[in-house]
Amino acid sequence: MNKILLTGALLALLLSSCEKEDKKEPFVGPQLPSNFPQPAYDLSANPVTEAGFALGKKLFYDPILSRDNTIACADCHISFAAFTHPDHPTSHGIDNLFGKRNALPVQNMLWRTSFFWDGGVPNLDLVPLNPIQNPVEMDESPDVVLEKLRNHPEYPGLFREAFGSEEVNTARFLQAMSQFMAMLVSADSRYDHYVRKEPGGEMSVEELAGLAVFQQKCAACHATDLFTDQSFRNNGVIDDFSLDKGRAEVSTFSEDIGKFAVPSLRNVAATAPYMHNGKFKTLESVLDHYAGGGVKDSPTLDPLLRQSDGTLGIPLSTAEKAQLIAFLNTLTDETFLRDARFAQ
Amino acid sequence: MQKLLFPLLALFLLTALPACKDDTKPDPTPTGFGDVVIEFENRAGDETLVFGKDYVNAAGETVNFSTFNYFVSNFVLVSTDGTEYVVPKDDCYFLCNGDDADSREITLTNIPAGDYSHIHFMIGVDSAKSVSPVSERTGDLDPAGAASGMYWSWNAGYIFVKVEGTSPQAPVEPSTGQRIFQYHTGLFGGFNSPTLNNLKEVHLDAPHEAAEVRENSEAPHVHMYVDVLEMFTNPTNISVAANPTSHAGPYSKTVADNYADMFSIDHVHNH
Ligand code: HEC
Ligand code: HEC
Repeated sequence: MNKILLTGALLALLLSSCEKEDKKEPFVGPQLPSNFPQPAYDLSANPVTEAGFALGKKLFYDPILSRDNTIACADCHISFAAFTHPDHPTSHGIDNLFGKRNALPVQNMLWRTSFFWDGGVPNLDLVPLNPIQNPVEMDESPDVVLEKLRNHPEYPGLFREAFGSEEVNTARFLQAMSQFMAMLVSADSRYDHYVRKEPGGEMSVEELAGLAVFQQKCAACHATDLFTDQSFRNNGVIDDFSLDKGRAEVSTFSEDIGKFAVPSLRNVAATAPYMHNGKFKTLESVLDHYAGGGVKDSPTLDPLLRQSDGTLGIPLSTAEKAQLIAFLNTLTDETFLRDARFAQ
Repeated sequence: MQKLLFPLLALFLLTALPACKDDTKPDPTPTGFGDVVIEFENRAGDETLVFGKDYVNAAGETVNFSTFNYFVSNFVLVSTDGTEYVVPKDDCYFLCNGDDADSREITLTNIPAGDYSHIHFMIGVDSAKSVSPVSERTGDLDPAGAASGMYWSWNAGYIFVKVEGTSPQAPVEPSTGQRIFQYHTGLFGGFNSPTLNNLKEVHLDAPHEAAEVRENSEAPHVHMYVDVLEMFTNPTNISVAANPTSHAGPYSKTVADNYADMFSIDHVHNH
């Protein structure tokens, strides 16, 4: 008891002296919003520290991770676009090569149960290996990346600060990257304030009407306050899957052909273009797609997009579309998009 | 009474012992711990596999190999009396590289003394390990180290068996202009929604002698044959002309079903 009191007093002293000296705000790890479900990532196995976060951030912004030191993670994941690649329907990587898929946002990663459009990766820690090895993204062998970091003037010291010694190994490298990505929590939109009944959560009649339409017609897939049920579905964007079979690329099963991960809609106004292949430039065109304009039929098309009269899509009136757009705009989290801790 | 029993017993043992060898009655149960060494000799049919040399597969095509790597794991040793010894899992993942003979001689340590006549193991990396935290993926399982060429980062999991080479019958691969074949087989069944499961269990009997593990004596050597040509046949003939490549697709099941029987024990060498 005495010991606790003493350390408590010491800590307080330390903290207060810190504040006086450099007026630096104490580091706060990722905050888990009350309107989110339990995170999938085990933070206790990789607690986020100030030094770990700083190291992860440096790595995220460093082209040293690519074969010719030209492409950083942040080139395709830009902070003000919720860490997507604006204006790029599909990713643009090393040697000016283009991938086949649209960059996903890097936000609320702690809650993801699988990663990428096909769900090929189970754990955030394993994610960076994919873009690093991808021949059209960074095209580097991860063991070479570790070697480059070991021979770098700064990194071994940063690893010491984060992990206690200068050893650069796979687990530390990946866990540092996860510490940066773990911090990218977006839950400060107007909609969040509304559901948490906080100040700043006023929603207009139009927006509330949009929320009601959304709950009725979209939330079966874009579920919970993460706006995804994390399943794989075919919403009729394409019917020729020869270039990209989606979930079947990893499962091999024909019943998965054309199914893609249901994306979160947080900050959706800032993440154009849309869909796995970047087919749509605007939210209006997405809604026109759903409303029946362009839903493509194929054997795995989701049953929710087949109406009882045989028509494809989700019926939406012009008024409902406007309401939905108004609602989707309330999911923009300016605090997150402009957070100086995350930008370069 | 006791005084009498001892010399009698000694006499019995003395006479019985030499006989033991002949009618294969076990020695008095050995105690303590020892090691087992397993040597994997890569083969192409009746010959030791040599990279860069031409062989003929079951479809009658000429095949010339440049890569033959595989993961073996989850070893269980079964003694002549049926006792199973499960080698602790974490010491038990081995990446055998075709171009590194050292990697193909593995040692299972701390095995209870006994006579082991049967072995089973897995080709590949089991699903629990395949989804384990990065901190547990060290040594042969390090995806940014030893296993960097045996790991799919986009479909997170290990490549269980990797076979590559050239064949005049294989079609020209556009990016390299070469006639190559490439069989990378993995898939452990998926982590939260299912995928194909290509993990294979191998059960093998020691053909003549059991591996005799004894405390403080040299480890028995199990000499294993791994026949790369078995991957091309039984149950299905694989043609490098018709199916020159297989990665994480449905065809990988055919490849895995074929290679499931590529291991055999040639002999056990006790010292
Ligand atoms: C050349 C552009 C490019 C680079 C460089 C790049 N990414 Fe990506 N990223 C993408 C694309 C495209 C996707 C979606 C790909 C897919 O689903 O197959 C993606 C997906 C992701 C996801 C998945 C998000 C989710 O919700 O599933 C994460 C996390 C991620 N990237 C992190 C990184 C990290 C970390 C790096 C650096 C090591 C990086 N990316 C480098 C383009 C890039
Ligand atoms: C059957 C499940 C399902 C329903 C219902 C559904 N969606 Fe989607 N949504 C998806 C899937 C799957 C994707 C990704 C498809 C792809 O890229 O191939 C997606 C993508 C989107 C995107 C693009 C997001 C991005 O970042 O690229 C938006 C916006 C969107 N949906 C909005 C809506 C709205 C609004 C509704 C209701 C009118 C709705 N969705 C109903 C499954 C669904």
